[in-house]
Amino acid sequence: MIDFHLDRRSGVSTYVQLVQQVKHALRLGLLKPGDRLPTATEVVAALAINPNTVLKAYRELEREGLVSARPGLGTFVERTLGQASPVDRARLRRQLTGWVRSAYAAGMVREDVEALFTAAIRDAAQEGVA
Amino acid sequence: MSSAVEAIDLGRRYRRTWALRGCSLALPKGRVIALVGPNGAGKSTLLNLTAGLLRPSEGGLRLFGEPLSARPDTLAQVAYMAQDTALYPTFTVTDLLTFGRRLNPGWDDPWARDRLARLRLPTDVPAGRLSGGQRAQVALVLALAKRPRLLLLDEPLASLDPVARHDVMALLMETVAQSGMTVLLSSHIISDLAETCDWLVAINQGRVQVSGDIDELLETHKLIVGPREALDTLPERLPVVAQTVNGRQASVLARVSGHTVGPAWTVRDASLDELVLNYLRRPESSALPGPTRQRERSAS
Repeated sequence: MIDFHLDRRSGVSTYVQLVQQVKHALRLGLLKPGDRLPTATEVVAALAINPNTVLKAYRELEREGLVSARPGLGTFVERTLGQASPVDRARLRRQLTGWVRSAYAAGMVREDVEALFTAAIRDAAQEGVA
Repeated sequence: MSSAVEAIDLGRRYRRTWALRGCSLALPKGRVIALVGPNGAGKSTLLNLTAGLLRPSEGGLRLFGEPLSARPDTLAQVAYMAQDTALYPTFTVTDLLTFGRRLNPGWDDPWARDRLARLRLPTDVPAGRLSGGQRAQVALVLALAKRPRLLLLDEPLASLDPVARHDVMALLMETVAQSGMTVLLSSHIISDLAETCDWLVAINQGRVQVSGDIDELLETHKLIVGPREALDTLPERLPVVAQTVNGRQASVLARVSGHTVGPAWTVRDASLDELVLNYLRRPESSALPGPTRQRERSAS
């Protein structure tokens, strides 16, 4: 199950935030195929937002083939995001956490780490890896 | 499919002053409709007319296709929570429930009791001893227990702290999700409306200025920012809602559809606050669906 939250100052529209949070959870393996998303009523009761916003987010996810609505039952996850196997993902996450720790140990702050990470993604893209 | 509320040339006069005039509106069913406008714009008058508490001085109103004047029982489908929620202060919440049950044929007592319990609201205390937030929640539960098709709320959030505001709106949105009722609520706090409402009605100086789907309004309106010298390079036909000049910078809110502006200008999305404020500052601007579009909409 996923707990949605809202960042009201982000400037990102509410329905986009919901879509991003589901995708994020899929990438991290927090949501798996077969899992049920919370009903519109459940989301609305927790976040105090318009029910149509939730339905719009779920339609978008359905359009992308990530979830499907089963009438009377709910909305279920169809497939996951991210190509790597769970084992690879766990290993890479462990390695990256180790790397982040050594960056902090070297005196970096969060913004330095993020900048370096973004730069590394760009470097790899230029080499044609990704 | 008929509208939830349809006003045709609706007007209300107090002695010589028109509080509302020439108001023509079609509000679709199942929407959460924000009614905004400055103090004295006619918001409460429109709500009181819709609730049947005031008679129009001219024009008329239809609720779910039925003329309000001809069918008084149409009002059984409407619940109204007025400003400064009037709960009899010496009545306990249980008394108020009994009162509601005796007066309203469609009253859902089990639902009301379940809600009050879930909100942890005491039922044996006189309403006058509840906090402002608790009173608003009790008043909302009582209004909802009538199982209305149309719920009218006049400034439901005005006197509430942020936690109570969230709880009241969460209860309201949950009930909307379950029942599909139409809600028309007036408020000054536009940032709260952005999350909860999907249709905007702005009235100003007794006239309707804007009525439309909020997503659609935000998609079609853009803020165009650039140097003030460049103002005369903007396309002549650009439908400008309002423009402000601040030092060397000019900002223009315009309805953009396929217009291109010069490289001197930056175009960005407008927030709901910006949209509403720009319209209310320029009472002569309006964004209303033309009669043809309105007909198409109600036919779909």
